[in-house]
Order: sequence, then structure tokens, then C-alpha cells
Amino acid sequence: MIKPQHALPALALTAMVAMPLSVTPAAAQFNGVEVNIMTFTGPQIAEPLQRRAPEFKRMTGAQINVITVPFSDLYTKLLTDWATGQNSVDAAVFAPQWMADYIEPGYLVDLSAQVAADSALQVDDISPFFREFSQRYKGKTYMLTLDGDFQMAYYRTDVLDQLGKQPPQTWDDYLSIARAAHGKDWNGDGEADYGSCISKKRNAQAYWAVMSIAGGFLQSQGTKQGAFFDAQTMKPLVNNDAFAAALKVYVDTTDYGPPDEINLDVGDTRGLFTQGRCALTVDWGDIGTLAIEEGSKIKDKVGAVPLPGSERVLDRATGKLARCNSRRCPYAEGGVNRAPYAAFGGWSGGISSAAGKRVRDAAYAFFSYMSQPAQSNVDVTIGKTGFNPYRVSQFENLSHWLDGGMSRAAARNYLGAIGDSMNSPNMILDLRIPQNQRYQQNVLDTAVARLLAGEINIRQTMRQIESGWEEITDELGRGEQAQAYRATLGQ
Amino acid sequence: MNAAGPPPAGRWSLWADRNAGSIFLLPAAVVVLAFSLFPLLASFYLSLHRFKFVSGGFELRHVGWLNYKKLLFGSQQYHFLGTAGEWHAAFTFVVVAAAAALIFCLYRAARRGVGAAGIVGRVLAAAALLVLLLLFLRIIVTGVPGTLATTLVYVFAGGALQFAIGLGLALLCTSGLRGGNFFRVVFFLPLMVTPVGIAYAFRMLSDMSKGPFAPLWKFFGGENFSWAADPWQARMVVIIGDSWQWIPFIFIIMLAAIENVDNEQREAARMDGADAWQVFAHVTWPAVMPAAATVVLIRAIEAFKIIDLPNILTNGGPGIATESMALHAFAAWRTLDLGGSAAVAYLLLVVSVVLSISFFNLVVAPSRRLR
Repeated sequence: MIKPQHALPALALTAMVAMPLSVTPAAAQFNGVEVNIMTFTGPQIAEPLQRRAPEFKRMTGAQINVITVPFSDLYTKLLTDWATGQNSVDAAVFAPQWMADYIEPGYLVDLSAQVAADSALQVDDISPFFREFSQRYKGKTYMLTLDGDFQMAYYRTDVLDQLGKQPPQTWDDYLSIARAAHGKDWNGDGEADYGSCISKKRNAQAYWAVMSIAGGFLQSQGTKQGAFFDAQTMKPLVNNDAFAAALKVYVDTTDYGPPDEINLDVGDTRGLFTQGRCALTVDWGDIGTLAIEEGSKIKDKVGAVPLPGSERVLDRATGKLARCNSRRCPYAEGGVNRAPYAAFGGWSGGISSAAGKRVRDAAYAFFSYMSQPAQSNVDVTIGKTGFNPYRVSQFENLSHWLDGGMSRAAARNYLGAIGDSMNSPNMILDLRIPQNQRYQQNVLDTAVARLLAGEINIRQTMRQIESGWEEITDELGRGEQAQAYRATLGQ
Repeated sequence: MNAAGPPPAGRWSLWADRNAGSIFLLPAAVVVLAFSLFPLLASFYLSLHRFKFVSGGFELRHVGWLNYKKLLFGSQQYHFLGTAGEWHAAFTFVVVAAAAALIFCLYRAARRGVGAAGIVGRVLAAAALLVLLLLFLRIIVTGVPGTLATTLVYVFAGGALQFAIGLGLALLCTSGLRGGNFFRVVFFLPLMVTPVGIAYAFRMLSDMSKGPFAPLWKFFGGENFSWAADPWQARMVVIIGDSWQWIPFIFIIMLAAIENVDNEQREAARMDGADAWQVFAHVTWPAVMPAAATVVLIRAIEAFKIIDLPNILTNGGPGIATESMALHAFAAWRTLDLGGSAAVAYLLLVVSVVLSISFFNLVVAPSRRLR
């Protein structure tokens, strides 16, 4: 349900896009066409698709069916459906980092021509990172960005004021704030609250936070350096002092979190944060908009910073941590190396090449409609959509955010943190090599879950991840994987 | 009569008469083979291959025993077998004593005139028991259990708990207490609930921060505790949920068995001055033992396949602490590692068959002879 303050601009903007544009769908253009779109069980991401499907049907006649599956099953369901020729899914909204596995066998349609001809999409308004990296593969556009994703650190401004602390610049700062805030009542309900809430549930979306913490320790020479592997040898960068330090931070944050934090999904930690129960969190951009939703207890009490970093970074020759200097950390500020992580790359839509032409056209028209500024500028300001800003205009024009209920100061802080992350020369790109899902969602996720459960220690965790990653690389071909990795880094 | 023999029609009729039994059985045999043997062979074939989707279909690459090697000796050893802990001197004593006891049992069996097949079976059972003992000492006592050890915990600890409570409830209901018939129905109800429903119910009940018992938990100062964050506590919660569902099964079978015991024998024992325990130990238990052994066997076979509860209640966590072998196979299948999944399923089949046959030969069959 759209909020009242969004209703007027939404109606006005909907009326605007209904005007004839180059590829804007005409009324009844897709009468009788049914499009099955798969995405993950929301409510985020599925919500805006489900909410806008009826209005799209009124405009074009196309019936949009949104099919949802658990996040841990999404990659496999799509692959199985398209590879076995079942083709019950006409289009999907998924992580762009998986696209290589769908494009190489020919399951996704090349959308380059349609995007080029689509003036209503205003593709140049999509930030270069999402336009060139998240939407494209080997020079062609296969996906349409619907969401912009960067993980950041969020803090309660009122808590930091009371504690006399500054926003965290390093992970040591983060732990220090969490330690000081833990066990005190921060929302006035008489119960002790938590210093930090980070989603750590296995088989969910928790594993990105590990790399969000590790990034500042692992990558210091700019985006092209990469944070997952040595780009020449494909030796994983997960068994060294830097990764050990990051895992220690990750485990230590659990001491200041809810007792069942290792079983909390992102929806759970977001709920705790917006109820005022956490002083800090690491999350995507959703926190900023959820904080202004009805029922939030932290409206205008939230600040955001790009992911904290480290004063010591990995010396790749020795595997040890070394203190930053101008040569070792050329992008450091105040001696702190930060590496904002473009985790996930933003939920994006892709279309099955097995779908019929009218179905493909209807699916494209729907994704284009969702991404056009008229819809997108509203949706990114609503917390429950799960959509975060990704268009230049969304960063430059504060009116959408003010209309959405955010204060000017909060909007500047929120968009500033995302903008700083996106424009960082030391930003970490998501892993985009073939079968990256096995590296991260299977091996990394399982090993870290065992570490949190106390089944293995940090050294054993690193060895488990390293051997698991090496096994996949050897199976798929070290040379091919290295080539793919270097290509994504632009080397 | 024609010297050349009966006419062709007569011969056909005779052949049909002679083979009627086989002909009528053939469709059933084909159906059984198609639905049980073929999947068994196909999944074994799959366990020797690496499955991969390629453009236009899928590809099966022969990898030999690699999927099994990974589980037993390779990168998935921690997941399947677990991680071995330290070896204590006391373990050596326990293992040597157990081995000596098993050898003595084998010797006694040979002296009793057990045949070659029986000896081979007993040697296999003894080897399985020794492996179980080593697994218990190295993995469960000092190490980190994998899915094999976790499954065995569900089978042995869960089975023992369920049998003890199920038998106790059956004895209570046959002791002539008021309302016995009402409780027979109440005790039986959980068996009729779907395991998924039970898993969700227990997930809610065991939520210490928002569940119905949360206020009570907070009252006792447990607000900063979560059972789901501790491996052994999480396993215990799975066993409690599983027991809640399966105790009624044991209860109903044991109830029927106890009610079938000749009451005159019990009366006679009491007349002779036997107390309640003596009546149970010397009259009731010998009479119900075959039923008890059978119900334990059926329950154990079922417990090997546990998947619903750990999947929904704990999602296999924390870590992989509550993951059973069936859930391990499912998780591998979900990530398209179909060969690995089939290998786990086959190892589960081997473990459950060896233990079930051993149990049948060493416990169920002797108990029937005893009666």
C-alpha cells in the first residue's frame, strides 16, 4: 500500500509516463499477454512489483504474475527452469552477479537495442556504475537496474551524542561504540538494548557483511586490485592475517548483538533497528527509508557512513597486516583505508530468451516502467520496497526524499554516504565470475556460520573457505576463472 | 491320440496353465522394479557423476568415486563425518575393552554353532559398532559432529527417549487409572500432525525473545539466552520436537502389546508376592519384547530420514549443528550438486541398512525366539 504522502506525486508521475514516448507501452498493447516474473520472497523487492503490476495491466493489458521463492533457492530455481527447458519463468528480478551463469548458456535476452531505443527509461540518468557494471555483460545490456545496492554502517545519532562518540571510521571504532552502547535502554521501553545488530543467518543474505568488513583490510590499491582473489593466480585472499582480523571483528560484533543474532535475517535486524533496539547496524540502503516509515522509533535519529575501514591492510607478499602509508593505501583518508562494497549490485530484471516475442516485449515494458524515473523516484523513497537509489537524479534532487518524509539533513547524510561509496576509487566490485554463487552462498556462508556457532575457530574457518574456493576454481578451470575475474576488474 | 503329440492349441493351454502364476506376477514385478530398483540404480549412477547444466540441457561427467571421497576424506569430510577432536588415553582403554567384548561375543557365537553367514553378519555388526564407538569418542565427545554423527544422535538419543516415554505412557494407560481412554486419544494426537506444522509450532514455542514462554524466560533472567545459538541445545530442541511427534507411535504399539499380555499371569505373579517392578520385569517385559524390538527398529529406520524438523526449526544451524544426513543431501541437491547429494543419500542407505539388519539379527529375532 502506498503511503498518502506518496500518492499525489505517484499519480502525477504515472500520468506523465502514460504520455506517448518512444517505447512507452500503449494502452491495451499487450492485451491477453501473461508474464511470469520470479523473484525472492519479500516483502522487499516483490512488493513494488506486485503493487505496480495492476496499474501496468490497466495501461497495457499485460498480466504480470510475480512468483516468489526463498532467497537461497532463487539462483537454482531460475537455472533449473531455463536449463531444463521448462521455461515457466519468463523474466526474473535477481542479483546481477549471477548473470554470467545465465547469459553464457543463452538463457537471457540481449536488451541493448531496446534500451537504446527507450527514451522513457532515461538510461543516462542511471548512475554509471549500475549502467555499465550491473546491467551489462561483455559489452551488452542484459539487465535493467531496479535497485542500487551498497552496504553501509548506520548509527543512532542520539546514541552517539549521549555517548560522546563520533561516527565509526574504523572497525575498532565500530566495536568501541557497540561496546559502550550495549545493554542500555535506547528506546525507552525499559529493556536493555543492543550495541550492534547485523544479520548473520545462514542460507540468507548474511554473507555479504563478511566481505563488507573484510574489504577495508584486503583492498587498498583501488577497485582494479580486487578483494577476493589474487587476480593472476586466483589464490583466494581468505587465509591471511587481514581476513583473520575481519573475521574477528565479525565475531566480536556478536557479543554486542541480540542473543539469537546468528539466526536473524535482514528483515529481523531491520525491525530491531527501526524499533530503536540497536545502536549500530551494517546494511544496504533500506535502513535510511525504513527509518522514516510509519511506526519507526528512530525517525531523524539515524546517520550513515560508508563502510568503516582499517589503519592496517593486507601486505599480499607476506600475508601479514601492515600499517597504511601513502604508497600502501593511496586512497586512505586520515590513515584509514576504506573499501565500500557494492554488495549484490542492486536487484535487476532479466528476460528469458525462451519466452515468446510478445511476452518478452511485455516483460521489457514492465521492467522499463518500473525503472523509469516517474516510478523509481517514488519507490526508492519507500522502505518496504527494498529499492535503493541508483539514478543520478535521485541523488541530486532532494524533493523526492523530502516528499517521502525524510528531513533535509537526513536525506543529505543518507545520499551522501551512498554517493561516497559509489564514487570511491577503492570500491569493491561484487564477485562476477562463473558460479560465484557456489563460492559465496555455499562455501563462505557455511564456514562463517560454523565459526559463529563456535564449531570451528578463525584459522579453521579460513582454511575451510580457502580449500572450498580452490576446489571450485580447479573444477571450473583456474585459467578461465582468472580470466573472468580480471575482466570484471577491468584488468 | 495323434502320435505327433497334442495339437498346438492344447500345448499353448498347457504352457499357460503351468506358468499362470508367473504371468500374473509379472506386471506387479515390473512395477516394483520400475519404482524401486530403477531409482536406486539411477541414483547410484548419478553419485558417480558431476551434474552440470549446459546450453540446451545438462551434462553428466563421470568422476568415479570422487563424490564419496570428498565426503569421507576430502573437502566435505567436516560436513559428513565431522571434525575429529583430541584422543585421550582413556579412549584407548574403552576401545580395547569394547573390541575384546565383541571378539568374545563372536567366539561364543561360533561355539554355539552359528553358520558362516551368521558369523560374517556378526563380524560386520561388530565392525559397525566399533566404528560407532570411535565416532562417538573422536567426533561427539571431543570433536565437532558432522551430519552422520548428528543423525546418529537423533536415532539413538531420540529413539531411546521416545521409547522410554512411550512405554511409560502405555504402562500408565493400562494401570487402570481414571480417564485412561481419554488420554489414549490425547497421547495419540501429535502423530496426526504434519511434521512441518510441528516444526513451526516448536520454532514459535522455543523463541525466547518473542515466543509464548518469553515472559517466563525473562522472569528467570534468561532474556540474553538463545538455545538456537548453541549447537547441543539446538540438537536437543530438535530431539524434543521429534519426540513429541513420535512418542505416540511407540505408545500406541506398546499399549496394544501390553494389553495382549495374559492378565492371569500377572495376577498369578502378584499372588506369589511379586511387586510391581518384578511383575513388569519378569512377566510383562518378556511378553512385549518382540513388539518393543520391532517398534524400535521401525522408529530407527524412520529417524535416519529426519529432515523436516531441522530444516524448518533451525535451518540446519547453528552452523551445520542440527543438519541430518537427509538434510545434507537435500542441501547439496538444492545447490545442484546432484552427484554429491546422491552420494550422501547412498551413504545414509548403507549406514541405516547395516545398523537395521544388525539390530534385527541381534535384538529383534532373539526376542521372538525368547517368546
